[in-house]
Amino acid sequence: MNQKCLRSQHRSQDNFGRRVKGRLLMGGLKDAGHLFRFLGLFVIAFLVFWVIRGYVVPKSFGEYGHYRGAAIGEIAAHPVKFAGHQACEQCHTDIADTKTKGAHAHVNCEACHGAIFQRLPAAAAPPANLYQRLLAFAGLQMPADPPLVSHADDPMSVKPVKPDSAVLCARCHTASAAKPKGFPQVDPAEHSSGVPCATCHNPHSPVIGSDSGTTTKAGGAK
Amino acid sequence: MKISRRQLLILLPAAAVAWKHVLAGTPEDSPNYKMSDHWWGMLIDIPKCIGCGNCVRACQTENDVPDGFFRTWVERYHRSDYHLETPEVISPDGGKEGFPSVKEGEEGKFFFVPKMCNHCTDSPCTQVCPVGATFVTPDGVVLIDPKYCLGCAYCVQACPYGCRYIHPTKKVADKCTLCYHRITKGLTTACCEACPTGARQLVDLKNPNDPIHEFLKTHTVQILKPQMATGAKAFYNGLDGSVR
Repeated sequence: MNQKCLRSQHRSQDNFGRRVKGRLLMGGLKDAGHLFRFLGLFVIAFLVFWVIRGYVVPKSFGEYGHYRGAAIGEIAAHPVKFAGHQACEQCHTDIADTKTKGAHAHVNCEACHGAIFQRLPAAAAPPANLYQRLLAFAGLQMPADPPLVSHADDPMSVKPVKPDSAVLCARCHTASAAKPKGFPQVDPAEHSSGVPCATCHNPHSPVIGSDSGTTTKAGGAK
Repeated sequence: MKISRRQLLILLPAAAVAWKHVLAGTPEDSPNYKMSDHWWGMLIDIPKCIGCGNCVRACQTENDVPDGFFRTWVERYHRSDYHLETPEVISPDGGKEGFPSVKEGEEGKFFFVPKMCNHCTDSPCTQVCPVGATFVTPDGVVLIDPKYCLGCAYCVQACPYGCRYIHPTKKVADKCTLCYHRITKGLTTACCEACPTGARQLVDLKNPNDPIHEFLKTHTVQILKPQMATGAKAFYNGLDGSVR
């Protein structure tokens, strides 16, 4: 604009009046033209941003709040490993009967025997197809956990670890002043001097002589 | 990994098509579960806790929690009769393998305190997240979206209960989900399932038949750090004043 102004000043003085008038009408509009061009660029940039945003922001973002709503479903879809005592009792009815009468009636099976689902030893298999490899390469995919197998589906080959009673029983029943007073506690060394607990106690109904008795004072949950 | 030009040209449109599915995630797995019908919390009955560490082990199994990190852990408090406000707290390996025994007649009071995410209604951790990767669900559970988390660890600092950590391999924030994958299927949490004494109970405050309502009427129940106004939903029965 400056150059144009300078050029116009070099022209003859007699069209001075026209020049002033022209500047008012056209020159003002010319200045605004810069703004319009800038506004156009801004609109285009905004549209580009809007289109990219539409692709990049997940569909479920904002469904419930300022987060990805689909994440809730993804977390809810995680595999379960502790199936609950009902799953065990479908087959082990005899033990369930013993247990319901004993002091361990409310101690769930998996509290001692561990989860019914087990992870297979991690086989470091490479992702199957190219697409998965590409995702892994781009860091878009978490490394997959090894597959789960259930004792209920394959009772012969998948077996819960047989608990070592010296460790297992002692964890709960070793005497400690920190434990609640009513809870049955013994000093293992003094109580059995190394004899395994299961020699005298049935872990499913631990009070001696209570195997066929009526319900004793039950500890445990629910 | 080597990709030839031909493979790349084939892969790029495929990846563009698949990107939508990556963003959309998997649909909710529990069709009969209605989020608006629940408001989850946890009751922790301190006089029942024997410090066996079953909950810690069950949680690690259920949720593949890496060794040395804990979504729940158990602390043993020793509150001396002479220093009520400065208890001595131990938690060897999160209490996973139990605790050394305490002789009868020792000075002071010994007791166990299981700790976990309090699933706060007004949680400080979700307020500081810069990207919306952590949030309170409509049923009152604080969750983390691992695909959105940057691993900036603001939330780890913000949690007044120290319940969050950065996952060592995934490099994102991680914490207790209140076994969201279990409770939405009608099961209880892994820690409640494994607790031999019933010291932990999953509670649903929106369920009028939940025994928690009667329990709250008849017991002296507290939450941790009530002065922080977090709206914590881990209810502690018989909590000693020295617990922090």
